[in-house]
Amino acid sequence: MKIVVIGNGMVGFKFCEKLIAKAQPQQFDIVVFGEEIRPAYDRVHLSEFFSGKTADDLLMSPFNWYTDNNITLHLSDPVTNIDRAAKTVTSHKGITENYDVLVIATGSSAFVPPIPGVEKDGVFIYRTIEDLELMQAYAKKAKKGAVIGGGLLGLEAAKAMLDLGITDTTVIEFAPRLMPRQIDEAASNILTNKLETLGLKIATSKNTSQILGDTAITGMQFSDDTNIEVDMLVISAGIKPRDEVAKLCGLEVGLRGGIVVNEQLQTSDASIYAIGECALYNGMIYGLVAPGYDMANVVATNLTAPPPLQREDLEPSINNDFIVSSSSIVPPLGDQGASFIGFDMSTKLKLIGIDVASFGDPFIQNKDTRTIVFEDTMKGIYKRINITGDGKYLLGGILIGDAEAYNMLLQTSKNKIVLPPNAEDVILGSRGGESEAGAGVLSLPDDAIVCSCESVTKAGICTAVSESGCETIDAIKKCTKAGTGCGGCVPMVKDLMLHTMKAQGKYVRNVICEHFDYSRQELLDLVKMDQLKTYDEVLDTFGKGDGCEICKPLVASVLASLWNDMILAKGNATAQDSNDRFLANIQKGGSYSVVPRIPGGEITPEKLIVIGSVAKKYNLYTKITGGQRIDLFGAHLSDLPKIWEELIAAGFESGHAYGKSLRTVKSCVGSTWCRFGLHDSVSFAIQIEERYRGLRSPHKLKGGVSGCIRECAEAQSKDFGIIATEKGWNLYVCGNGGSKPQHALLLASDLDSATLIKYLDRMLMFYIKTADPLTRTATWLNKMEGGINYLRNVVVNDSLGIGEILEQEMQALVDSYKCEWKEAIENPEIRKRFSHFVNAPEEKDPTMKFEPMREQKKVTDWK
Amino acid sequence: MEESTKNTSPNSSKPSITDDKYTWFFACDSADVPDNGGVCVKYNEDQIALFHFTRRGEWYATQNECPHRKQMALSRGMIGSQNDEPKVACPFHKKTFSLITGECLSGDECAITTYPVSVVNGKVYIGMPANNN
Repeated sequence: MKIVVIGNGMVGFKFCEKLIAKAQPQQFDIVVFGEEIRPAYDRVHLSEFFSGKTADDLLMSPFNWYTDNNITLHLSDPVTNIDRAAKTVTSHKGITENYDVLVIATGSSAFVPPIPGVEKDGVFIYRTIEDLELMQAYAKKAKKGAVIGGGLLGLEAAKAMLDLGITDTTVIEFAPRLMPRQIDEAASNILTNKLETLGLKIATSKNTSQILGDTAITGMQFSDDTNIEVDMLVISAGIKPRDEVAKLCGLEVGLRGGIVVNEQLQTSDASIYAIGECALYNGMIYGLVAPGYDMANVVATNLTAPPPLQREDLEPSINNDFIVSSSSIVPPLGDQGASFIGFDMSTKLKLIGIDVASFGDPFIQNKDTRTIVFEDTMKGIYKRINITGDGKYLLGGILIGDAEAYNMLLQTSKNKIVLPPNAEDVILGSRGGESEAGAGVLSLPDDAIVCSCESVTKAGICTAVSESGCETIDAIKKCTKAGTGCGGCVPMVKDLMLHTMKAQGKYVRNVICEHFDYSRQELLDLVKMDQLKTYDEVLDTFGKGDGCEICKPLVASVLASLWNDMILAKGNATAQDSNDRFLANIQKGGSYSVVPRIPGGEITPEKLIVIGSVAKKYNLYTKITGGQRIDLFGAHLSDLPKIWEELIAAGFESGHAYGKSLRTVKSCVGSTWCRFGLHDSVSFAIQIEERYRGLRSPHKLKGGVSGCIRECAEAQSKDFGIIATEKGWNLYVCGNGGSKPQHALLLASDLDSATLIKYLDRMLMFYIKTADPLTRTATWLNKMEGGINYLRNVVVNDSLGIGEILEQEMQALVDSYKCEWKEAIENPEIRKRFSHFVNAPEEKDPTMKFEPMREQKKVTDWK
Repeated sequence: MEESTKNTSPNSSKPSITDDKYTWFFACDSADVPDNGGVCVKYNEDQIALFHFTRRGEWYATQNECPHRKQMALSRGMIGSQNDEPKVACPFHKKTFSLITGECLSGDECAITTYPVSVVNGKVYIGMPANNN
């Protein structure tokens, strides 16, 4: 059977993916026409294009996915004509293809309101990667931005403007509040406040009457006789279904656009389907990706699993002369087939870093219902739930600022789960009561849809765990596809997985991998007891099989933490993580970066000159890092020893930027220069950094020392942060920057330097000995029962009586420190490994390509 | 001395031998390859990753390019096993590939090409499909 798909957007792609997954090999001949120059990409995350993702990163699947699956893909070639009688389509470039089944997935375009002046330069729509590229080019000369549309799409566009550096941006909404379709007024006020703190201006109840300017936009005139200056405008006010080609061939379309479809997504021509944002079901266009995916799934299911019965009245109403054999060609339909029955428009998303969610009926308010509202204008949190008059069932609600409970609430309302006696607990959490939060996931019925992007039920996930033996999130993703779309359900999937495993009587613990049936902490103790020194000894004694990329670096790190031997010594070199193996960080293209240690960020002019001349000699790109040192990028593998030879000769040593080990101790300039400084933060930072340099740990370690409470070293975002007080130092621990920022917590105050180092020795060694692999100190503390109070007891009050041992162990590591790069360049056996070709050691990798950028070089981007 | 470990082997240690199926070229001495690790071998314009899986007493060769991001890096990856299937993990994103079939074990469609290896008197040879030259 030959299937032609018009449109290669997210939904069109998903249809192909579902069809391939369900079909027998060679069952279908699939031809896809796409209007854009690229294969389908992730439009939902379009704004990430401005925060660093490339167009390629956003692709749903690379081009060769289509060829690998025998799909003919015509790009930059929209279908311009459908001949329903002949069952052919013709494209813009003149390609004609016949079809047995036609699927229209043309999506939508931006709705542009008929405002005089919309054609002026500087006015953009926000829809495709090309739109973004045009915006990017124009944004360089723009200062004052505006976005028409205060809905989901409009706020996404506003984020894009911020990402483009246009911080003076006004969001203009016709309705009296933001997101009028999803949230109520109070929620909208909270959202407005939050957006305003980010610098956006919000103007509601505004109707744009004219766009001002000669050829390019200079301002906007509103119907209330006000106006603003604007030199770049993005219109993101809604969508318009792309139904032109359907209309042209006489398919039924809605009054305000959209191709009319039935429950099977069939149009008025039974051989033609419409899915996604171009389809009008029950008078409604579904402008979200999840219902689009659902539609794709319905059509793919019905095409691949035809129910036995056919309904004759659904055969095509057009001239049948061309149909050879209707039974084999007309897609069979029946009562048992899948059908689309509308879609819950509940959404949860992060808008400019703010959680916004609405589910069920967010607005309902009448004599039979009750509403519970929690509002915290201080923190910018708003939660509303609507419940039945008897308090038993959840009907819908809104969450702003904190949407963690979204999945659970959505399931509770969808599945009519009886609410707890105090219904407010579901948004406020149980306060002192007996019921355990998180147990809720178990009360879901089996057919509750947990992953709505891929329509995976609770039973589907639990079965994957109990029957197919999926005991990791990755395994579940692979087996069920749950969590592979927006990813919002992953925490619930994990809960379900753990509960299912526990229910099966499995002792859930963090064993390392298939080769070691121990946790990291257990293995560390065993290795220490048996005094094992190499990876193979550890594997032979405590493991099985041949190891892998999970246990090798873990064991290598444990060995380094215990014995501090040169990590590339014979027997352990190939067990190191790939970066440790070459004592450098691999970068795009296969080159490496070099980071010499600059303790406390203090460096002499002479050393700066050495870094500069080495960088020039080896043609390296230089950049100041976040940790107050200098990173040299683009080094060929074979140049690394030569580069380090020169750096070491000038007094540098390894910065361990490649290792799970101490990176830097950042410092402010401190009392030696600063008029506010209380103590010499630089000297103390250098002392601390030199003490712990080369210390291998479960994850990287960062520190900071600030000379006063102004905290210029941002020490409270580090694994350990030290802040000067009038009487000494305050020690903060287990902070984190990165994707989940967390302030360090005060461990002890007003310490002298020696006591502080003692406490730090104990805390770091305790971390090394007890943390799970690849766990930063912040997560380690979050998981620790008793939290900071317990840690304080261990470290300060020595409640376990191990304080002295921890100090001794740390001192042994400090005393055995050697610069591993110095050892590497002095050892011919190790040095020999730094070449790209074993049989042509002098030759560099010819595939490595660089191109100029801002008077330096950059690596040519990967495909 | 290592014995030939995989597939047919050339009869002597000349630099390049062609039999029915393969052109065997001399890659390096076995001592040039780290235990349980890999090196990259240049063959005309191609790059081949060569692994000495000492623990299993086996040699493997694959393309050096990781198909995921088209990076010449597999030879620098960590090797190991998954349910006894020997595999290599790309240093970039830790995609893993079977050293026997080349199949991607991380659930992606992409696969890599594998080549037979033969070790005779401490000399390592890699077999390229005969028509590929």
